Formats: sequence, structure tokens, C-alpha cells
Amino acid sequence: MTGSLLEVRDLHVQIATRRGIVRAVDGVSFEVPRGEAMGLVGESGSGKSMTLRAILGVLPTEARVTSGQVLLDGQDLVPLRQSDLNRIRGPKMSMIFQEPMSALNPVMRVGRQIAEGPIVHLGVGNAKAAQIALDLMRRVGIPDPERRFRAYPHEFSGGMRQRVMIAIALACEPEIILCDEPTTALDVTIQDQILRLLARLCRESGVSLVFVTHDLPVVAQVCQQLSVMYGGKLVESGPVRDVLHEPRHPYTLGLVRSAPDFDDVRESLVPIPGSPPSLISPPDGCRFHPRCKFAEQDCQVTEPPLRLLAGGRATACLHYERCIESLEAERAAQ
Amino acid sequence: MTASAVPAPAPAPAAETGPLLTARGLSVTFGAASIVSRLRHEERVLRAVDGVDLEIRRGEALALVGESGSGKSTLARALTGLIPPSKGEIAFEGRVLPARRSRSDQRRIQMVFQDPYSSLNPRMTVASMLSELLRVHHVVPRSEVGSFSRELLDLVGLGEEALPAYPRQFSGGQRQRVAIARALALRPDILLADEPVSALDVSVQATILNLLRDLRAELGLTLMLISHNLAVVRHLCDRVAVMYLGRIIEVAPTETLFSDPQHPYTRGLLAAIPRISAPVEEAPAVQGDPPSPLRIPTGCRFRTRCPIAQPVCEQEDPALTVSAGAPAHSAACHFAFTSLPVPVHGAGHQGEDQPSPSQ
Repeated sequence: MTGSLLEVRDLHVQIATRRGIVRAVDGVSFEVPRGEAMGLVGESGSGKSMTLRAILGVLPTEARVTSGQVLLDGQDLVPLRQSDLNRIRGPKMSMIFQEPMSALNPVMRVGRQIAEGPIVHLGVGNAKAAQIALDLMRRVGIPDPERRFRAYPHEFSGGMRQRVMIAIALACEPEIILCDEPTTALDVTIQDQILRLLARLCRESGVSLVFVTHDLPVVAQVCQQLSVMYGGKLVESGPVRDVLHEPRHPYTLGLVRSAPDFDDVRESLVPIPGSPPSLISPPDGCRFHPRCKFAEQDCQVTEPPLRLLAGGRATACLHYERCIESLEAERAAQ
Repeated sequence: MTASAVPAPAPAPAAETGPLLTARGLSVTFGAASIVSRLRHEERVLRAVDGVDLEIRRGEALALVGESGSGKSTLARALTGLIPPSKGEIAFEGRVLPARRSRSDQRRIQMVFQDPYSSLNPRMTVASMLSELLRVHHVVPRSEVGSFSRELLDLVGLGEEALPAYPRQFSGGQRQRVAIARALALRPDILLADEPVSALDVSVQATILNLLRDLRAELGLTLMLISHNLAVVRHLCDRVAVMYLGRIIEVAPTETLFSDPQHPYTRGLLAAIPRISAPVEEAPAVQGDPPSPLRIPTGCRFRTRCPIAQPVCEQEDPALTVSAGAPAHSAACHFAFTSLPVPVHGAGHQGEDQPSPSQ
């Protein structure tokens, strides 16, 4: 590891709505080392997609970064204008979206869409760019690339479209790719193919990934590190398998217990009671306390900071020992 | 929640009676002819469901799994009577149902749809939704409509304060509860649930899955669950039918299917499940995309993606055959239930008795 490629420091994103100010991202900090894949997990409304969009500088018009830094290779991206960001997006970072059909241009041939990045960002000639595009199509596993080069997105299946998206994201050889639920719209077998492709590309080209998803097993397939978001805050982070097998935050524990695991069939699933907090007027203290079975008096008052633990882990829970006790009790009962 | 709230359907007859719902040779096709193909006199027919034989027994939970485009939702809609079958027949308790079903036949098979945001009428309150149904189908006398509605909501874990509310006032999980209450209002014998949790957040999915499981136990409901999530299936269902390109290619009791899959597609499907315990290493479990249902391959329809395909697979369409050893297990593969050396896929499956690595 040669230091952090991406560092997010105390990021705040607010959205102005008629009902009030939504604190979509509320003081999030994390680092992504060069060549590593980090998963960002949370339910809808947890702020994971907003964090990703803030990094890339593509927030919706009502939303803005109110404070914090996004450091890519030491350079803060937050104060940059769109024209300056355009020089960074492509050669340094790129993005893969959830729905490839709406992210691709329906009236432009696929080969041209892949070649566009190198032409615009790297100043490559048309013929050279076409060659780059063909090579990329081969690398991401699109069969018969010479013929498919001239096809339009509607002629591709969902999985093939996502391969095109990945080829576009790779076209300018970025250092980091931001993925927003890239396999959620795909079938299991196709998802499996795309996840393996992403993992292989990561290994081969040393590109870093930030991988946003709500699906815990998917994260375990691609990422080394995992960060869990709840109500606009980071509540837990650490090596992916450690976090999923030994959660140190009651919310992570709740997520793991509520999702059916193929290898671990339980009598009944344990849902997390209640619903996610309002981000306009979030609860005082720990944002998870109204739904937390371990909550105590101090959780209602004290906002827990993200504390470092052994093994490269961190938790934002005042009573994280309760998670350990609960896991031990569960194992003893078996 | 009490069992007495909604009277169970017809009391379950003594065991070992015939199946509750049977599909025989069921096909659903859609004309997909464009002007060009008509001019060329080409036949363009989309075979969404292509000769399905299936039995649902009273009280069981049957899962229907497969990729998108495999025809699982079309099959469910045909069983519910929402789409007329183009061939084959559907029988309820041995009686063949006509293409146009009587109201009492419609009542017996109810469906819960995937997206609770589009399956509920946004202009109707929960009370008006339920009372309309109860009146049209004469489920209870008029005077009892109100109290029965409250019982239904109680059954799905909603309070009576939900009655005057509109769908927009509910969260996704609550909407799905309303949709389940609406389906149960007609006291159906069979509940078909088409991906009932895939539009919901993870922490909410568990509440709906638990609700379906409890309803089964309390009402003796027969459940057919359509899902692409095999972990969900394993939690909820007794038996699994795997669909590929409009055909059922393997049926078995859940644990048998997961521990001893016979069809190469089922094996690939199992190996493709993302698992917390096993990282990505090997080659993809199933290569390529499913073929278009407009151009179903000759012979075995899986042969274009099959790792063990042989010349015979191109010639002969394998029928769904029952295992000699296990009568509940059948598969449509020339090499099923044989000891032919078959390449073993990736992660494979651990038996129930072995501890999972996560423990």
C-alpha cells in the first residue's frame, strides 16, 4: 500500500427541500488506499449514493457540499469548478452507474461511446481511440467486438451493457472507479460474471474501487474494506469479512441478521425494528438509538464518535462490547 | 395475530390427496411479429412459457426460481388467470379451470406483486380497497366488512389506523403488507408472491419474509414464491422448481436441490450466489447470456451455455424425468441422475450438517 489515493474528510452534503434542510451526508471520513476496493453499504437514504456523487462532483442541483474535503492524490476536489473537474473525471476517476440503459447514449454507437473518453480527455486520434475501444471490449468480455463496435446500446443485453459501462469507465485508465450498485439490476448469473470481471480488472490494473451497494454478500465478493453508513453517518468500518462476521455496531449486526444468508439458514430472520431516521431532524445522540436493542441513557444524549479499534477497525457505538457479548451468546446457544 | 382472525380456507383434507393446483403442458406465447417479419412470412412467436408441468400441493411452499426472461412471472400470471394460456390446462383440485374463470375460481388464487408502489391504487384508501373486494366477492356480509377489514390488517401487522390512509402515506414495507392483506381478503387457497421483497430495503425484507412464514403456519396457506434470491427461497420454501427459457428444468425438495443439484444450470445458479464466506476466484459459474425466447435453441435449451453439453444435447430435447432413487426429484438433462463425470462448479455447497465457515 502506497498511501491513500482517495481521502474523504468530514464531508457534509445538504439538500434544500421545501420541508427543510436534509443532512444527507453528515460528517463522513474515510480513505481508500491505492489498488484497494472499498464497499460502502447502507439502506436507501443512508447517504451512500450522495457521498459517491459528492466525490465525483455530480450532485443534484438542490444538493451541495457544505463543508469537508475530497482529496484525490492530495488535491481537494470540492472547490474545483466543473471545467477543472472535467480534466480529472476520466483520466483520474470514473463512474459506473446502476442502470446502464439510462447511463449510455441510446443514439450513439457503442464503440464511439467507449472511444469518446480517450479522444476528449487524452487527445488521442480517432483511429487510435477506436483501437483502444476494441481492446477494451475484448478485455471486458464482449464477444465479437469488431461487429459489436458498431452496435447501439439497445442491441445489447443488460449484462453486456454493463460491460460497455465498465469499458467506458476504464477507457482513460483512471486510478479510481466509483460504482453505484453496478449489479443490482442484473440476474444472479450475470451479476456473478460482472463481479468476477471487476475483481479481475482491479487485480490486473491496480485500479481502486469505491463500491456502493445494499447487498452484503456482493460486497464480500469484490471489496477488501467495508464502510457501513446509517442516517448520513459512517457507523462502522474495517476489513470486509471481519465486519460481516464480527460486527462491532448494532446496526451492522442488525443488517447481517435481517438478510437471509444462503449458508446460514435460521428459523426466523430478525428484522431491525422501526424505520430509518429523518435526515431533516435526526434523533439526538446516536442516530440509531431509537431502533437499537442495546441503547442506554447516554446513547440518547451523546453523539458517538467513530472510535478506532484493533485490526484496522472502527465503530461509532458507545457500547460496542454488547455486540461481542450478543455474538458470543448466540454461538454458545448453538 | 391469531389464527381465528381470518377463517382458514377449506379445512385441509386428510393427507395424500391430489395436488391443489396442476399445470399440464402449459404454454403461454406472445405474438412478436413486426411488419418486416410479416412481409417475409416469418413466424415470430415469443414462447414465454413453453410446456410446463407443475403440481402445487396443499399447504406447501413452492419456490419458482430462474433468471429474468425465464417465464416465471408469466407462469404465475397464467396460473392466476391474468393471462390466458395458449396451450395446456390448469386444474384446481382436479377440476380443469376454463379460460374465463368464474368469480369463485378467481378468488381461490391470489397474487402479491413485486412493486408495492405500482400495484396499489393511489387514489383509494386501504378501507375502500378492502371493502370493494369484500363486497364484490361477497366474502362477508355487508355489516361485517368493517370488522373483517380490521382483522385483515391485524393479521398483516398493521393497525386499524391504516384504514383511512392512502398508499402514499405508507413506507414500502407497509405497502407490501397492505398488498398481502388485499390478497388474503378473499380467503384464497393459494397465494402467489412474485418477488415480494426485492423492491424493499434489506432490514424491511426480513419483516415481510417472517410475515409470509407466519401466515403459512397460521392459515395453512399454500404459497408459491417467485424469487431470484436463493437465500430467501431456502428460508421460506419446502420445494423448488427451477425455470430456464420457459421450461421447468429441475424440481426437488429445497435441501435436496441445494445439496444435490442434477441440472448443470441449477449447479451454475448455486455457484453464482454471492456469499459472504467465499471470495471471487474461479471462472464465472454460468457463461454468457440466456438466449432470446424468440429463438429457443434446438434440443436442450441450455446447451448453448452448458459446460457439459454433448452432441446428443443438440439433437434431443430432454424431458423432465423423475429420479429412480428419489421420486420427489426430477430434472430435464440427459446426464441427470447418472454417475457420468461432470465438472464440478466453484464454491459448491456444504451439507447442512457441516458447520458453515462463518461460525
